[in-house]
Amino acid sequence: MVNKANPKNKIYAIEVNNLIKNFGNLTAVNNISFSVNEGEIYGLLGPNGAGKTTTILILTTMLSLTSGNVRIFDKDIINKNIIRQMIGIVFQDPTLDEDLTAFENLDFHARLYNIKVNKKQIINNVLKLVELEDKADKQVKSFSGGMKRRLEIARSFMHEPKILFLDEPTIGLDPQTRRKIWDYIKKLNEKQKITIILTTHYLEEADELCNRVSIIDHGKIIKTGTPKELKSSFGGDIILINIEKKQEFKKILLNSAFIKSIKQTKTGLEIIVNKDGTKLIPKIVELAAKSKININSIALKQHTLEDVFISLTGKNIRDSTPDASEKMKLKFGGRR
Amino acid sequence: MTNLLKAIYTIWLREILRFVKSKSRLVGSIAQPFIWLAIVGVGLNAAFKMTNNISYLSFMAIGIMGMTILFNSLFAGINVIWDRQFGFLKEILVAPISRIGIVLGKIFGSTTISVIMALIVLIIVLLFGIISIKSITFLGIITAIIFMILTSVTFVGMGLIIATNVDNIEGFQVLMNFLVMPLFFLSGALFPITSSTPEWLQIVSKIDPLFYAIDGIRGSLTKISVYPVQFDLLIVFIVAVVLVLIADIMFRKIEGK
Repeated sequence: MVNKANPKNKIYAIEVNNLIKNFGNLTAVNNISFSVNEGEIYGLLGPNGAGKTTTILILTTMLSLTSGNVRIFDKDIINKNIIRQMIGIVFQDPTLDEDLTAFENLDFHARLYNIKVNKKQIINNVLKLVELEDKADKQVKSFSGGMKRRLEIARSFMHEPKILFLDEPTIGLDPQTRRKIWDYIKKLNEKQKITIILTTHYLEEADELCNRVSIIDHGKIIKTGTPKELKSSFGGDIILINIEKKQEFKKILLNSAFIKSIKQTKTGLEIIVNKDGTKLIPKIVELAAKSKININSIALKQHTLEDVFISLTGKNIRDSTPDASEKMKLKFGGRR
Repeated sequence: MTNLLKAIYTIWLREILRFVKSKSRLVGSIAQPFIWLAIVGVGLNAAFKMTNNISYLSFMAIGIMGMTILFNSLFAGINVIWDRQFGFLKEILVAPISRIGIVLGKIFGSTTISVIMALIVLIIVLLFGIISIKSITFLGIITAIIFMILTSVTFVGMGLIIATNVDNIEGFQVLMNFLVMPLFFLSGALFPITSSTPEWLQIVSKIDPLFYAIDGIRGSLTKISVYPVQFDLLIVFIVAVVLVLIADIMFRKIEGK
């Protein structure tokens, strides 16, 4: 999906250089740089108040930047109207007119983006994609949180944007709805070839959806990579074996190429491997069988982005306290 | 240019749609002027005798048209705060349409509503013979409508300026009450501002843009006014333009926070 040819002179979907945003003397975004390839799903992962939303608002022309440079398909974001036509966004908080029906909301959007040809058909198609076609004439007031979110996603790509921004697309939704929304996002990316940038503080969401992820905390990017890279940079999978003949088996294993390190524990061995652990378990069992060594039990521990996050920031993503931009939000009460 | 017109039309359409859908607002804006006319108007009509040979009721009926415009127009500001609190403003702000288009769309939308409401009051006033149809000229009606439009633009602009600077409904309402009362009472809607009015009151009245609006409508419809209609028109026009410009500047400053 990611175009790896011609890395030089390449036009990125999004190119951010040394972006800084201050609110008074608070720095919400502190000198971040990253680029998003066309066709990618890119994640900004971080706790509340890390500066993700502020970054998104700057990229979508909703906030001015303090310094730095942002280009979207090689157009500087100063050209607001050109950028606005190219992008679609689902904001963190709902932005629907609840007194209007789902259809009327989408019709208003069509007018704002000057969609005239096949307007009705486009509206029906996007409603179908998020499975709301039978709710077209219901007032949005009567919708559940998940339905509203789906309607907003439907609306966000009606005008065929080249880039879709999703700010916390599944926040506050139940697990089933979250799965559904993940499916829609993948579908949009694969079928409509839309580049997607999303923010999230759910690690499993980033892991499930994103081609690449930047971990962001206190307004800075601390690490960027594919979810896999991030997890493996942290060390390989861990295989725990409960075994009697520890020494003997350790010697056998040390001759295998896939082993990174082995530690003896009370009950057996803790092996760090450099490959996908799920595929190595059969091999280990096979080796043990050959040497007639009895394995009592075997367990696999894979790293999650959560581990990466904790190791990088020294804290759990969910118990981080709000900082700069979050405080601004609380202070001005601008957002619900 | 066509894009600007489309933007204005889109925003205008939504304002109208919202008004039509909001039954309580519809009923409220029609009922309010009649309560004033039927209770305050009729009551005071029996107690007062006007010096210049017209009935008090026909005098204050025009003031009530002005009041209808004032209330309905300032209300537009609440819609902006509403949109902001419910997030819908972001949907509008992130769209590729010009900011002046948004401002003008809002202004024309609420102006359409205010003027229709004021015209309903006028029609009723004529039907009940509070102002005699015979005394009214076609030119007078047209001039009165122009006054209504400009007055409405002025106060929608004022509502938007306040709304862009206050971000909660409560704050807006406190400010509104603080503004509406003096604007209304000083406008000459309920009692004539003449040379026998205490001088300080005359002076403050003349800072009130609604004073010129109501004086102008009165002049156009009943030919009794403090100033010449042309002078009233000039003042109301200048104030309207200035407030639209300020509203536009304020609106550009809104960011997506």
